[in-house]
Amino acid sequence: MQLTGADILIKSLHESGVEVVFGYPGGAALHLYDAMYRQDKVKHYLVRHEQGATHAADGYARSTGKPGVVLVTSGPGVTNAVTGIATAYMDSIPMVVISGQVMLPLIGGDAFQEVDAVGVTRPIVKHNFLIKNVDDVASTMKKAFHIATTGRPGPVVVDVPKDITAQVTEYIWPKDINIRSYPTTPDADVGQVNKAVDALLASRRPVIYSGGGVLLADAEEELIEMVRLLGFPCTNTLMGLGAYPYDDSLFIGMLGMHGTYESNMAMHDADVILSVGARFDDRITGETGTFAPNATIIHIDIDPAQISKSIHAHIPVVGDAKQVLQAMLATLRVAKAKPNEAAIKQWWKIIQGWRAKNSYAYDNSSEEVIKPQFVVQKLHEVTHGNAFITADVGQHQMFAAQFYGFNKTRRWINSGGLGTMGFGLPSAMGVKIAHPDADVACVTGEGSIVMCIQELSTCKQYDLPIKIINLNNRYLGMVRQWQEFFYDRRYSNSYMDSIPDFVKLAEAYGHVGMQITKPSDVEGALKEAFVMKDRLVFMDFITDQKENVYPMIAAGKAHNEMHLRPDFGSDSKSSAKSGTKEK
Amino acid sequence: MRHIISILLENEAGALSRVSGLFSARGYNIESLTVAPTNDSTLSRMTVVTRGSDKVADQIVKQLNKLIDVVKLADLTEGAHIERELMVIKVAASGTQREEIKRLVDIFRGRILDVTESTYIVELTGTSEKLDALISALELTDIIEVVRSGPTGIARGVSALKA
Ligand SMILES: Cc1ncc(C[n+]2csc(CCOP(=O)(O)OP(=O)(O)O)c2C)c(N)n1
Ligand SMILES: [Mg+2]
Repeated sequence: MQLTGADILIKSLHESGVEVVFGYPGGAALHLYDAMYRQDKVKHYLVRHEQGATHAADGYARSTGKPGVVLVTSGPGVTNAVTGIATAYMDSIPMVVISGQVMLPLIGGDAFQEVDAVGVTRPIVKHNFLIKNVDDVASTMKKAFHIATTGRPGPVVVDVPKDITAQVTEYIWPKDINIRSYPTTPDADVGQVNKAVDALLASRRPVIYSGGGVLLADAEEELIEMVRLLGFPCTNTLMGLGAYPYDDSLFIGMLGMHGTYESNMAMHDADVILSVGARFDDRITGETGTFAPNATIIHIDIDPAQISKSIHAHIPVVGDAKQVLQAMLATLRVAKAKPNEAAIKQWWKIIQGWRAKNSYAYDNSSEEVIKPQFVVQKLHEVTHGNAFITADVGQHQMFAAQFYGFNKTRRWINSGGLGTMGFGLPSAMGVKIAHPDADVACVTGEGSIVMCIQELSTCKQYDLPIKIINLNNRYLGMVRQWQEFFYDRRYSNSYMDSIPDFVKLAEAYGHVGMQITKPSDVEGALKEAFVMKDRLVFMDFITDQKENVYPMIAAGKAHNEMHLRPDFGSDSKSSAKSGTKEK
Repeated sequence: MRHIISILLENEAGALSRVSGLFSARGYNIESLTVAPTNDSTLSRMTVVTRGSDKVADQIVKQLNKLIDVVKLADLTEGAHIERELMVIKVAASGTQREEIKRLVDIFRGRILDVTESTYIVELTGTSEKLDALISALELTDIIEVVRSGPTGIARGVSALKA
């Protein structure tokens, strides 16, 4: 069948199982958009800014495991997409971004809307392509999806010159593709698996630490089985929340800069750490020189380059988290040795001591001022802990991570690696499109939400009834917190004047707006909002201006140098009315 | 430590910039880089000389391996290997210097490629140290231009980088 490059490209999306595309048209992409118009297999969502398209595709991918797909035009279209591509890259999210390009003969001549898309995106993609021949369109698309979704996933950019999309060729969808330099993921080395199991069984103070890789590998069942079989404490990174149920007694909470006291102390004092699908990022390790000084580190990762990058791994295991855990479980089930019961019991006693500090506790006694943590706790109650929660970046993100409580994977959608303000709303659109019957809430701040506020229009156009939980502290709160702690309260440019009337703003976009100012109204308002199944509700919670996120490991400090809330919750004075643990 | 990393690369537009971009993005230093197609026209062979601890070298190798355009690579300094660099150097040569320089070039087994009344162009291949040695031996003369290829290398014995 003879088809144009544009038709072949859109057809190849369908062949690759793509159902939805997020995008924005422009000159270089017009043939592609015409091909999109003339078919009905792939649905296109028109966003209001290309950053929104990438985050929406990202939210779609994170919540489904399927690749997110983006279509943008050349020049400003693709540069607007850069932040979203980098966001996906940092969190290993499968994504294919198709960008129009000026005609081949014009490339390099500073043509109208020309930008070197391959060059600009090179450091933030798993791979990228510039198609130079219409005969290569189908095979390049096949390769792009293969690379984006296999191994350690990531974004792939396919740049297509306009003349290529107009040229005609025979359409052949390749059955297989061969990329000689792109190996398949090997099965875990049996010797390494045995070593890892031996180390775990010999441990006296073990911790199992898991990250986003467990979600990407769909390995949560194996993780849970492993933790329960051994009876060891388990902590999740910010990216890994939901892999282990938050309310299980073996879960010691989130790890890292704003993780629980018990998880960070346990990591510091551990003698064996099993890391699964996590990369010892600086927000996790704190100062690497003082990280877990006595621990034997077992590091399971699909990407060999993560192993011993920041922390030396004594027992590296390269492989897919699911396959490696299965191999370890098989070995464990038949192992003669058992965990050292007495030592583990003693270890749990120590951990319970740390846990008793109740490091997330906060003062919720005011009847006037809404605490952001309280809103998140109520959000959990009203949605029965079943909602998909997307977040922006800042204090509200940490409060959501600390207080929502996740029982399932792919429910917590946040930009952990790049920390992209503006991620929350568009990613929620992608989640809602993938899960139309589920509750989807975006926990955001008055700073972050305006970074992609234009997407409220997209939500209107496609009837995406997500709930926006704006924790409005009238500050770039996370910046203000650092300035309070480390810059002698010089609040340089962290206060924003002239914040919009979010209720009117929501209404202007055709949605429902609510403002909530009293703690006693929080629950009622949330219930009211979530009952409105077919409306987007923008909930503007006016929260405590100076609340801080605790506990905190300052950048460059060790795990056992954690700051606890000074006035509250750090010792026996603790009398929190609520904290995740005692709901 | 000095590491010589030998890379078999897809002979495609942009492949070189992926490698050099990786070095700059991750803060690895490049002392020299040479690249040219091989007998298989779909492949280029690149040699990168870098300095760093073994840990850094290990990361470089792993990160390079992740590039889709990198087919195979090896750190030659991990085993016995041969390395060669080409230098072409233009020196002022007049009067009594002319004999002197010619003798030096002979000692180093170099060749004089071009002669004018006042200059020589000398070619020398060898290890980078040998090239350095000729440059310092020529110190007293007026060196007009130095062009060096940067080292290329190959493992000794039967082991080979092959697609
Ligand atoms: C695009 C972008 N710019 C700047 C930052 C740095 N930053 C991190 S948190 C933050 C403040 C966010 O303010 P807000 O959304 O109101 O959240 P809050 O911390 O107040 O809850 C800033 C500016 C960022 N993460 N992303
Ligand atoms: Mg704020």
